[in-house]
Amino acid sequence: MPQLLLELFSEEIPARMQAGAARDLHRLMTERLSAAGLAFEQARVFAGPRRLTLVIDGLPEATPDLSEELKGPRTSAPDQALEGFLRKTGLTREQLTERDGVWFAEINRAGRPAAQVIAEAVDQTVRAFPWPKSMRWGSGTLRWVRPLKRIVCVFGSEVVAFDIDGIASGDETQGHRFLGSGQPFAVRDFDDYRHKLEVERVILDAAQRKARILEGARAVCAAKGLELVEDEGLLEEVAGLAEWPTPILGAMDPQFLDLPPEVVRLSMKTHQKYFAVRDPLNDRLAPHFVVVANVEASDGGMALAAGNARVLSARLNDARFFWDEDLKTGFDAWLKKLEGVTFHAKLGTMAERVERIAALAREIAPLVGADPDQAEQAARLAKADLASGMVGEFPELQGIMGGYYLRAAGSADAIADAVRDHYKPQGPNDQVPTAPLTVAVALADKLDTLVGFFAIDEKPTGSKDPFALRRAALGVIRLVLENGVRAPLRAVFTLRFETIIRQLHQQGRAPLEAAVEGLRPSIGEVQADQAQRAVTWTDRSEGFAVWVLGEADEKARDLLAFFADRLKVLLRDQGKRHDLVDAVFALGDDDLVRIVRRVEALEAFLATDDGANLLAGYRRAANILKAEAKKGPLPEAGAIDLAALTLDDERALAVSVAQARTDVDAALHAEDFAGAMASLARLRAPVDAFFEGVLVNSDIASERENRLRLLMQVRDVMGRVADFSQIGG
Amino acid sequence: MTTEPLSFQDLILTLQRYWGQRGCALLQPYDVEVGAGTLHPATVLRALGPRPWKAAYVQPSRRPGDGRYGENPNRLQHYYQFQVILKPNPDDLQEQYLGSLAAIGIDPKLHDIRFVEDDWENPTVGAWGLGWEVWCDGMEVTQFTYFQGVGGIEVDVVSGELTYGLERLAMYVQGVDNVYDLKFNNDGLTYGEVFLENERQQSEANFHGYDVDGLKRRFDDMVAEVERLLAMQGPQGQALVLPAYDQVLKASHLFNLMDARGAIAVAERQSYIGRIRDLCKACATEWVEQERGRV
Repeated sequence: MPQLLLELFSEEIPARMQAGAARDLHRLMTERLSAAGLAFEQARVFAGPRRLTLVIDGLPEATPDLSEELKGPRTSAPDQALEGFLRKTGLTREQLTERDGVWFAEINRAGRPAAQVIAEAVDQTVRAFPWPKSMRWGSGTLRWVRPLKRIVCVFGSEVVAFDIDGIASGDETQGHRFLGSGQPFAVRDFDDYRHKLEVERVILDAAQRKARILEGARAVCAAKGLELVEDEGLLEEVAGLAEWPTPILGAMDPQFLDLPPEVVRLSMKTHQKYFAVRDPLNDRLAPHFVVVANVEASDGGMALAAGNARVLSARLNDARFFWDEDLKTGFDAWLKKLEGVTFHAKLGTMAERVERIAALAREIAPLVGADPDQAEQAARLAKADLASGMVGEFPELQGIMGGYYLRAAGSADAIADAVRDHYKPQGPNDQVPTAPLTVAVALADKLDTLVGFFAIDEKPTGSKDPFALRRAALGVIRLVLENGVRAPLRAVFTLRFETIIRQLHQQGRAPLEAAVEGLRPSIGEVQADQAQRAVTWTDRSEGFAVWVLGEADEKARDLLAFFADRLKVLLRDQGKRHDLVDAVFALGDDDLVRIVRRVEALEAFLATDDGANLLAGYRRAANILKAEAKKGPLPEAGAIDLAALTLDDERALAVSVAQARTDVDAALHAEDFAGAMASLARLRAPVDAFFEGVLVNSDIASERENRLRLLMQVRDVMGRVADFSQIGG
Repeated sequence: MTTEPLSFQDLILTLQRYWGQRGCALLQPYDVEVGAGTLHPATVLRALGPRPWKAAYVQPSRRPGDGRYGENPNRLQHYYQFQVILKPNPDDLQEQYLGSLAAIGIDPKLHDIRFVEDDWENPTVGAWGLGWEVWCDGMEVTQFTYFQGVGGIEVDVVSGELTYGLERLAMYVQGVDNVYDLKFNNDGLTYGEVFLENERQQSEANFHGYDVDGLKRRFDDMVAEVERLLAMQGPQGQALVLPAYDQVLKASHLFNLMDARGAIAVAERQSYIGRIRDLCKACATEWVEQERGRV
């Protein structure tokens, strides 16, 4: 079975787009070939700086012959209908067959040569390729990521001939820009192609290029007794920048090592795409770097290493300039500058944000065991470095530089640490701060972001989360859980919303009239009118206060629901059953620590025999109640008429439920969830016995009523621990 | 590197000869202060419309905020760019460009030449293009761009634009670490002897000297002038777009001076840039009409 080899050869493709382009090429071509009826055994793609390559093995020579029957008009239909059908099918009346008074046409379509299908598929793929950004060149109209120069398209051993906007397909490609022969060469098939490319100093496969870089980089370091600081993102990028990657060790001026190591590493990485090098003896940066060149220089890379070292020095000189200037400038000037920096058009300047964070950090401090004055002070300094020269140059160093500059200014370590780490945790794998002061500032920072954007209705939707609110919420959750911070979130949120909504209104940033109108259905006419008056006339009236409270409450609920979703995702990722999370959330608790403890206790309980059986009993009780509710109203909840209890089993259950209620309440009050579960466990035997020995639907009305009440009590006492109706499986 | 490395002026002469031989008109610097060689009307305006065009020239670039009083070995508030524009871009523009590097003594088998993604954009003139920064041993020596739009207008024909950073390139070729140590010619003259004093004085003026109110007044005057000139007509009935564009350049430079003086609040910044962009767009729109009529 023939093989298809397709290469799209262009000027240099941005490194970050190569992997995606390979996937797109694979998808678009195989979809089109499959849609045309060409099956295949295997398709592989490769991407590099100058070429995208697709090889498909095991294609047939042609698409299969097709035969299909088309249903036409009824034989009794007017002639025009038949004529139309004949035109559509291209047949004559004699070629049709008649069945049950209806005309049928049999259409036979001969298979098409695969080469023809391939040519069309390539044409469509190239013209509609989903590059993140594409361009025209010269006088042409074709779009590609950079000028497309050649198309190799070989099927079997033949060139599939076509032309896309003046680029004729062929079997010739080119090798490495500098190390190759400089002459185009013809290829027969994939093996031949891959081999000739290697001779021409091109490694086709990105994985192979990465392996070569890593191996080479480790080796040049080891030769000097040093260690490579590995960096997967950088490796990926440099593998997309060279067709024949060659790592070379360069030396840098050791004087730059007194700059913060983060600065040195980032300067190397972002500007120069160098790997940093570590000295294993002291585990600090060594005065070296690894550059991955695209050539094997004839002098062994001497000139190249020296050149790169010179450039790095210039870069680090710049960094040192920022460092020195920043030390001279200092926090007061930066804080002043933040007054002119807009955080968000509706949420005001960075300085205003800093004020909010400082107030919030002060409020949170007692909850996390931090000193309120210190928390406020640290929060006030936390964003200052955004105005520094270094962070202007390297935004990734936000916080980190603040920490360095504070230490240099003689600030207390706890405050410098809080400023340094307050952006943490940045992702699901990032470390969570534990120092109380840091926790206070980190929470204040994230909560202000969340409350602010929820206040102006900038909530994440679908895949869009431009302000990274999901990450912020997850950050809060992890900070709270991992530090055991006990806080009634809803009250905390409501208070913040109240403050910010008031501010937004006072600064005329929120279109309140519209907001009030939008709320009309949910808050009722009277309140809405009141609020509308408040908005229009004065913000000091009682109506305004009522409106703000209502609005803050609504937003707080909204944000809490958002947190609930994030917590569910987090717990699910930790392998906790999401139905158990739902069962606990249904209780409406807003203390994350308590919620998680409850989920854990519930999980443990359900894993026991008692738990599983009691769950079954619960369902049975709930089902009976549901069924009975359909027949007519259930009896009002109330005390059991002990005298009307006729059977031992029901009497036993009544006593047990009453006991369980007392025990569960005591345990819950003490937040002893395992204890609460244990109290429920003691219900198992009486519940089982009850269903065994008692018929709920007694003919005697008072008996039936009593028994239904008993089941309601079982349901209710269990419902104090979790909503068991949410539990699946 | 082969023999004696080129002096700064020989580097310029070599590039001029190289591109002159490839059909470029060798123009002289534009006599209005600009922040980048692209802003010379020979590039930004000629990139519009359907007529072919090839030109090369040296252009002094003024970046008032980049001045370092002559104390930083790599940063200058006045430096030179060598600008090449080829419209439509030839198929082998990359190869021609590499040929120019060879001509000034950079051997691609000894050095690491890379085309690193760079989507070029100049918001003040509403221009954008796709291309690369060309790196030589990790240093950006050239901006290589395929123009896609100018003044907010999509180009009819794509131009290839090369912007060589002459000082950096010369430092590289000569192997010096400090720009002021560059050999300006082969007669012992250094770059520092030509420009160091200029950097000192201009830096002080840029950061502390100019009268901010005066700059603002002049900015407003220039803006008014652009609108007036565009409303006038030349002998053939055309709007006076070329003189109007000169005033846009002047306004743009005044903005850069105000910026260096720290006189532009963050909130105002976008509004200033927006005004310049709008003026530029007005010139570009008018110019492209005129050019299309000249085919």
